[in-house]
Amino acid sequence: MNATVAGLTWHSLVGRRRALLLFVLPVVLIALAVLVRLVSGESSGSATDLLGSFSLGFLIPLLCLIAGTGAIGPEIDDGSIVYLLAKPLNRYVIAISKWIVAIGVIVLFGVLPTLVAGFILAGNQDGVATGFATGALLAGVAYITVFLLLAVITRNAVVIGLLYALVWEAAIGGYVPGAQTLSIQQWALAVTEKMLGDSAPALGVDSAVGLTTGLVLLFVVSLGGLVYTGFRLRSIRINGEE
Amino acid sequence: MTATLPYAPRAEAAPVEMKLEQVSRWFGNVVAVNDVSMTVRPGVTGLLGPNGAGKSTLIHLMSGFLPPSSGTVTVNGEPTWHNESIYRRIGLVPEREAMYDGVSGWNFVLANAKLHRLPDPRAAAQRAIETVDMQAASSRDVGTYSKGMKQRIKMATALVHDPDVLLLDEPFNGMDPRQRLQLMDLMTELGRSGRVVLFSSHILEEVEQIAAGIEVMVAGRHAASGDFREIRRLMTERPHQYTIRSSDDRALAAALIADGSTSGVELGHKTGSPLLNVQATDFNRFAHRLPVFARERGIRLYEVTPADESLEKVFSYLVNR
Repeated sequence: MNATVAGLTWHSLVGRRRALLLFVLPVVLIALAVLVRLVSGESSGSATDLLGSFSLGFLIPLLCLIAGTGAIGPEIDDGSIVYLLAKPLNRYVIAISKWIVAIGVIVLFGVLPTLVAGFILAGNQDGVATGFATGALLAGVAYITVFLLLAVITRNAVVIGLLYALVWEAAIGGYVPGAQTLSIQQWALAVTEKMLGDSAPALGVDSAVGLTTGLVLLFVVSLGGLVYTGFRLRSIRINGEE
Repeated sequence: MTATLPYAPRAEAAPVEMKLEQVSRWFGNVVAVNDVSMTVRPGVTGLLGPNGAGKSTLIHLMSGFLPPSSGTVTVNGEPTWHNESIYRRIGLVPEREAMYDGVSGWNFVLANAKLHRLPDPRAAAQRAIETVDMQAASSRDVGTYSKGMKQRIKMATALVHDPDVLLLDEPFNGMDPRQRLQLMDLMTELGRSGRVVLFSSHILEEVEQIAAGIEVMVAGRHAASGDFREIRRLMTERPHQYTIRSSDDRALAAALIADGSTSGVELGHKTGSPLLNVQATDFNRFAHRLPVFARERGIRLYEVTPADESLEKVFSYLVNR
């Protein structure tokens, strides 16, 4: 990892206007958690509902879309990526540095708020908080990898990412069981399900894929996507405005 | 910008050389650069051509941001494409303005120095910022800079690692006359110190002020090469077309065609009024003889307009000659 690339990426990510969502979404999650806790009291069921639908199903993919594409997409679009690329610096190092910063952003604004919201709603009950936070972390890593890669290979990364997260995973995945097999959310949910142990069926946590499949797919997508991002960055073509 | 260059001159025994050999670059069916071969040596070289001539594409090929579709681009034998280590030798001032707007000028130049893994990045950043005379504004965010200031900070990032080759894409865009002169001085000094300084421009006067060598690009082709006198001569010796309105076009046409300075005259009309189209083959003689003929014959000249002075037409002549 290169600290300078990481610093510039961090600055770009949290300095841009659309990064406001990075701050707003976790605040909404915590506020909802506090509200539900006040209304329903401590409950694993409420925690599972909120963390499964809002955190894992909405907050994490959306934050990852912002952080993953935002870590490199705007620089490619406006040409400022030239200042990183015109350096005697391995392109894989650039990709890994941006990947780590984006994951850091997700941990800060997605995973930790998920953990906190879980504790607010369910305390230590059934390992709900840690189970969903772990799922959020693994999903976050995979989402970030995919969205970072999308930003390197296409200028429509945000649109494609939104279509994947909202249409494929949320809409199609809800009705077509086969589609769930290709869902990062479901792969991560398999880990959460395992961590919830015997409580999972009662809480309605049921992943479309098995634990091994989920872990293998998360690993393959995260590692393969990162390697391919570095490869594509090595061959990225920048043309003038003529 | 400083007139005394704070960078050591390059050894004359081992001159740096950027070489393009039969380089072409096409995008789908569009040929942006067509079979260009040139060698750029130490000193200031101007890459001259109208907009859309392929100058930026050529600079991107030179700076390793585009692979040639065919041919090779090398710096002292090292390819520029897929070769990150080449950026130890190359400094690039891109045309596009975008930088990291929320970062101060100082931090941005310092970040560039660190990315080059220089032994003393702070000293290098300080030197580069002083060279472009941006000390006073270096604590301000880049996003608050004027176009000319951005251009200077871009120059500082390109100079920070003291490169052998400096590539500048339309560097004078947006600069006021004073800033332009300062940048010209700096580029001249860098060229004199044994570095390859290549910049693109579509303005001949800009290029001929500082460039010892000029490479002319037109429609993706390498149209001409030489010093500015040679290019200027090619441009002035080409046939010039003029549109003339006078009190007696026919008499003037007869006098001009009888003279050796023109190869053709044509009586015509435009928007209802008569005019005379003239093709002059000897520009200097034509410019001298025309008022003499008019005076001798008592003809009043109402209008003498060059009909083909646009830069594109001048360059087109160079391509087609």
